[in-house]
Amino acid sequence: MSEITMDVVKEHGLSEDEWKLCLEIMGREPNLNELGIFSVMWSEHCSYKSSKKWLKTLPTEAPWVICGPGENAGIIDIGDNQAIIFKMESHNHPSYIEPYQGAATGVGGILRDVFTMGARPICNLNALRFGEVDHEKTRHLVSGVVSGISGYGNCVGVPTVAGECEFHKSYNGNNLVNAMAVGLADSDKIFYSAAAGVGNPVVYFGSKTGRDGIHGATMASAEFTEDSEEKRPTVQVGDPFTEKLLIEATLELMETGSIVAIQDMGAAGLTSSSFEMASKGGVGVELELDQVPMREEGMTPYELMLSESQERMLVILKPGMEDIAKAVMDKWDLEFAVIGKLTDTGNMVLKWHGEVVGDLPIDPLALASPEYDRPWVKTERPAEVVANEVESNIGRIDALKTLIAHPNFASKRWIWEQYDHMVMNDTVGRPGGDSAVIRVHETNKGIAVTSDCTPRYCYQDPHEGGKQIVAETYRNITAVGAQPLAVTDNLNFGNPERPEIMGQIVGCIEGIGEACRALDYPIVSGNVSLYNETNGQGILPTPTLGAVGLIKDIDKCATVAFKEEGKAVVVLGETKGWLGASRYLEIICGREEGAPPMVDLAAELKTGNFVRAEILGGVDTCHDISDGGIAVAVAEMAMAGNIGCSIDIPANVDQAYAWLFGEDQGRYIVTVDADKADAFVIKAGEAGVTANIIGKTGGTEVVLGGEAVAVAELKNLHENWMPTYMAAGE
Amino acid sequence: MKAAVIVFPGSNCDRDMMVGIEHSLGRKPEMVWHKETELPDVDFIAIPGGFSYGDYLRCGAMSAHSPIMQEVIKKANEGVRVLGVCNGFQILTEAGLLPGVLMRNAKLKFICKDAHLKVENAQTDFTANYTQGQAIRIPVAHHDGNYFAADDVLKGLEDNNQVAFRYCDEAGNVTEEANINGSRNNIAGVFNENKNVLGMMPHPERLCDPQLGGTDGKPLFDALVEALS
Repeated sequence: MSEITMDVVKEHGLSEDEWKLCLEIMGREPNLNELGIFSVMWSEHCSYKSSKKWLKTLPTEAPWVICGPGENAGIIDIGDNQAIIFKMESHNHPSYIEPYQGAATGVGGILRDVFTMGARPICNLNALRFGEVDHEKTRHLVSGVVSGISGYGNCVGVPTVAGECEFHKSYNGNNLVNAMAVGLADSDKIFYSAAAGVGNPVVYFGSKTGRDGIHGATMASAEFTEDSEEKRPTVQVGDPFTEKLLIEATLELMETGSIVAIQDMGAAGLTSSSFEMASKGGVGVELELDQVPMREEGMTPYELMLSESQERMLVILKPGMEDIAKAVMDKWDLEFAVIGKLTDTGNMVLKWHGEVVGDLPIDPLALASPEYDRPWVKTERPAEVVANEVESNIGRIDALKTLIAHPNFASKRWIWEQYDHMVMNDTVGRPGGDSAVIRVHETNKGIAVTSDCTPRYCYQDPHEGGKQIVAETYRNITAVGAQPLAVTDNLNFGNPERPEIMGQIVGCIEGIGEACRALDYPIVSGNVSLYNETNGQGILPTPTLGAVGLIKDIDKCATVAFKEEGKAVVVLGETKGWLGASRYLEIICGREEGAPPMVDLAAELKTGNFVRAEILGGVDTCHDISDGGIAVAVAEMAMAGNIGCSIDIPANVDQAYAWLFGEDQGRYIVTVDADKADAFVIKAGEAGVTANIIGKTGGTEVVLGGEAVAVAELKNLHENWMPTYMAAGE
Repeated sequence: MKAAVIVFPGSNCDRDMMVGIEHSLGRKPEMVWHKETELPDVDFIAIPGGFSYGDYLRCGAMSAHSPIMQEVIKKANEGVRVLGVCNGFQILTEAGLLPGVLMRNAKLKFICKDAHLKVENAQTDFTANYTQGQAIRIPVAHHDGNYFAADDVLKGLEDNNQVAFRYCDEAGNVTEEANINGSRNNIAGVFNENKNVLGMMPHPERLCDPQLGGTDGKPLFDALVEALS
């Protein structure tokens, strides 16, 4: 009797069509080991089957791109034989079920993607999204996720320097944890994953394999239901101390010249790493699964192939180099085992004490994984919100105070002070700015890093929202004085089998692609997380982007803080007072609606180029204008510098609140010497950039068109929300 | 000055300590792996921060029994200057070179921020380049920095001028509010009786470079270089 019933197939997450394709590829009914492998290889998480068609449309090339999507991480050239290797990845589902371990292993996994390619990790970022603050689980999730990131990142000794934290009811049942790692490597010492050399040993090193995380990739590819918390055993458990050893041991092994190819064991563990390496290299593999270091007795081939135990690496060594490699692992007290060899069969043969327990063709499985053109419907752009028709019965100062203390604006110091953001002694721009700035060790160059997403814009208009995210990362990188170089995308959406969700995916990807092309700012790596739904309620479309820029001279950086009294405050870019989908409309007027602001990519490029040139020329204070408009931006600059400012609302403005709080795109605030401000405006005009002097710095208050609030009061409101909120749960 | 930095498998501030010392010394210190059983001929030993063995037991408890620490203890007893920062401080207390223990922070969370420290004893080889009572700004980054010692031990420390630094506010006032981790008497760093061993939770090596936002840590290393050359 067959052991594979349709129920078993269903439990493995394969559809009927996929099961038919599986039978076709195998030419027979697979055994359970083989079915398990199909299941994870074809999971949404590993195969990108719903998004592949659209991901292919993204621009991935530029002269400075060394390696685009398809490897463990993306690689860009920063000159002087140095490369930056980076990627962002989600750990959403595990972090909801078990916040501490889910978030911790998210950090561990993304770090491995980066050092697997030869980079020493130099910083981490994380973009977090939680449910509404009143929801009963939110505090517990925030606390667990932040502790998990802190516990793991601090121990491995990589500074966590930037990120986001946003609250919205659509994440009540599906929080998002997107972790990004950035590493530095020598451009001529990069390691790839394509296996080569028939007969070469397949070597396992790192931690032992246990039963944790079995079918994690499949779990991450399904919607949540009431009983999802029973899936806790599928969440992996991290050991940051071993990860620290693994980083050092891997980099040391790379120095020995013994490596042909290397890959970490991430989602779908040994299965996905061995299949990907073999498929990329066009070779076969024979694995002796009984040789895999095991944490407990009685483990089966099925469990060994599917375990997602952390801190494990797979490497193809040059022949005869086993002893050299083993000596490195012995030094760092890590497991080392030769678990197989490369063959010329094109098949994956799994052996268990000499007996064949699985035999699968590699390419058909890895390359012919399903690709779907799922039906989708375009999200119609909603009507524009007319500023005159917005009822605002609250004064501008009260509005500013409300915004600045709102969970989505309040300082996230409570979070980033739990992360060691200074270890490695190269954090030049600490958290809290537009981008964090990390010095390239022993040079005067710097890397600017940021992560951004504006889900409410994407929800109202996915295409324009997609463009806006790219532009926002571009501005955040530019605002410190860095040249934006490349992007990693972490696309979080609901269930792609629903056409309206698929429409969000398509719209956002198209918008992101358009903006990246216009700004010469390619996508070099990424990750897709779908099925972020609970009981049919999807999250807001959240395509988080992480971006990297280069600063040639870190002594010429700008920061957001006002630094001197009496400076002119200048807005670059055009202010019309766009209120649709703005925070003002949402928080002050209680209306989550309207078409989001348009992004003019040509203007974006012009303004960005002008800002960078001016920072190089001596402008030391710059902030991009985003959520909350001009009012929030100047308040943030005042709070950071403990210096007030007085802002004049232009006489020709009809609605002051629209001018103050509108979220028109493509804008920055800079300060310049008051006596040179007119010349600065003329210079901007010559560069095709709109510039307006809106006020001056000084005093202890933020004054908006004659109405004032003390900087100290704003700071109090801004800093107190999160500690107070979190303390209320203790 | 001939300097060495001890490297445990989970040290992660070893490079930072090396760079910090280099700023004052003009050359790199020797890096000594924890499995070594002998120390080179040095007159200054630094034990850097990190999570030496993962800190799954008490922080620093395992490192205190590693082969190299037996050598460090021997050298310290011979008068060699020893500095333990953060996890290094924890290791020195576990190894019995310094009194007291470091417990979990009072608020039970990891804290990474700039702290202000009042220099309590500027008469040592470590602190001679500060002035008595000066408030300096030095970052902390720890989960277990809450200094505890029994009343009689604490009294001995105070009577013998063994308190090196106390957490204070920007103006140098030693207040309850400035005591970021709940340490007894706001203690941020202590000397041994002979003042040749210093343990401190804050990281002076992190602020020795104007590009990183300050240089208040540098006088500590400058003073050592001056005393030992």
